[in-house]
Amino acid sequence: MKLTLRVWRQKNADADGAMSTYEVDGISSDMSFLEMLDTLNEELILKGEDPVAFDHDCREGICGACSLVINGDAHGPERTTTCQLHMRSFKDGDTIDIEPWRASAFPVVKDLVVDRSAFDRIIQAGGYITAPTGTAPEAHATPVPKPDADFAFEHAECIGCGACVAACPNGAAMLFTSAKINHLNVLPQGAPERESRVLDMVAQMDDEGFGGCTLTGECATACPKGIPLMSITNMNKEWLRATRKAGKR
Amino acid sequence: MTRTIWDSSVGKKTVMAVSGLIMLLYLVVHMLGNLKIFFGSGEFNHYAHWLRTIGEPFLHYEWALWIIRVVLLAAVVAHATSAYQLSRRDIKARPSKYVHKRPRASYATRTMRWGGIILGLFIVWHILDLTTGTVHPGFESGRPYQNVVDTFSTWYGNVIYIVAMLALGLHTRHGFWSAAQTLGVGSRTRDRILKTIANVLALVLTVGFISVPVGVMTGLVS
Repeated sequence: MKLTLRVWRQKNADADGAMSTYEVDGISSDMSFLEMLDTLNEELILKGEDPVAFDHDCREGICGACSLVINGDAHGPERTTTCQLHMRSFKDGDTIDIEPWRASAFPVVKDLVVDRSAFDRIIQAGGYITAPTGTAPEAHATPVPKPDADFAFEHAECIGCGACVAACPNGAAMLFTSAKINHLNVLPQGAPERESRVLDMVAQMDDEGFGGCTLTGECATACPKGIPLMSITNMNKEWLRATRKAGKR
Repeated sequence: MTRTIWDSSVGKKTVMAVSGLIMLLYLVVHMLGNLKIFFGSGEFNHYAHWLRTIGEPFLHYEWALWIIRVVLLAAVVAHATSAYQLSRRDIKARPSKYVHKRPRASYATRTMRWGGIILGLFIVWHILDLTTGTVHPGFESGRPYQNVVDTFSTWYGNVIYIVAMLALGLHTRHGFWSAAQTLGVGSRTRDRILKTIANVLALVLTVGFISVPVGVMTGLVS
């Protein structure tokens, strides 16, 4: 396959960026999208040019490191992570636009790499449980109803890649935050911090400069792990519940 | 936890949802009342006068009407203020657009902000036209039937009204369902019924309101 790539190039956080055009040839349809970018970078290095910086780690679709907005879609046209997107989703001669996640809370570090540490600070605000560390407890010691376990697992699938923020026209982190809150709030292990978790994490989300939710549903469409839009509804419910309880205290 | 509801983006959305539902409830009653115009001037004018006497003798003449007006004004102000502040936050959170554009979300969803502005301007015109009569040549208070027929006998009256009611339909379609999500009453099993209610409500309100100018235009009401 021969492709034309239009890639966002930006030297550093302070520099102005622009789209640069590159031609790549000899792309196999079995290559992953990142392998295609590796091919481009090898050519750039041989030519003595600066390779395109992009985030990646496990390349198995489970770590949440890879990003990229491909032809306007976070993680590209398939519902998966960029590393699990294969070139068979494109045609020979295609022009592909590759851009970084766009949100003021995710500043560009270089080229296609953005700083997602705002997510870490949201987690630090309440995305944990107060359990003594040590040996793993007996699995049957705390019974969890099956529907609750399924609900928690569905939200625990969030890998924190930030595609929801990238896809949202408001640059909102509602889907990420709600997935993390719902995952723990439904479980008995997360019950002691049920109220403080949702209040603190939503407050941190606001402080990081993410937008608000207008329920366009773009986030849930982009999510490679299929976190549903109803996740946000449930977080709103938890937030209202916690606010009422906090008012009574 | 010292933050108030107003300090949180989720809290502001709650304010929008509650104020929106108050206005929606009013609009359903308002629309049903408007339909009395099809029963002739006597019944319509009598209904309009009755609105001023609700709650008597417990309430003084027109007090119920003024209570409703104050609640509605508070709802409009709360709705618009939170919408403005949330929109400012949203635009700031996504300062640079993507180079590669693609169509996003449904028409009703994308037009919420402009639709809201259109509705805000419409409310001002509507009050000046049919409540105070400021912009209504030949306005006579106490003769609402004739005033309504006058307004819808002008081309601009019809255009302003019909455009605003179409905007109202779109705004209601996304707004009602969104309010349910914001208040946390949506769920996977309830999603279909909530979307249906939103669509039916939008359609019934739009058709109900537009039927009045159409009635005047077709000579059914004169």
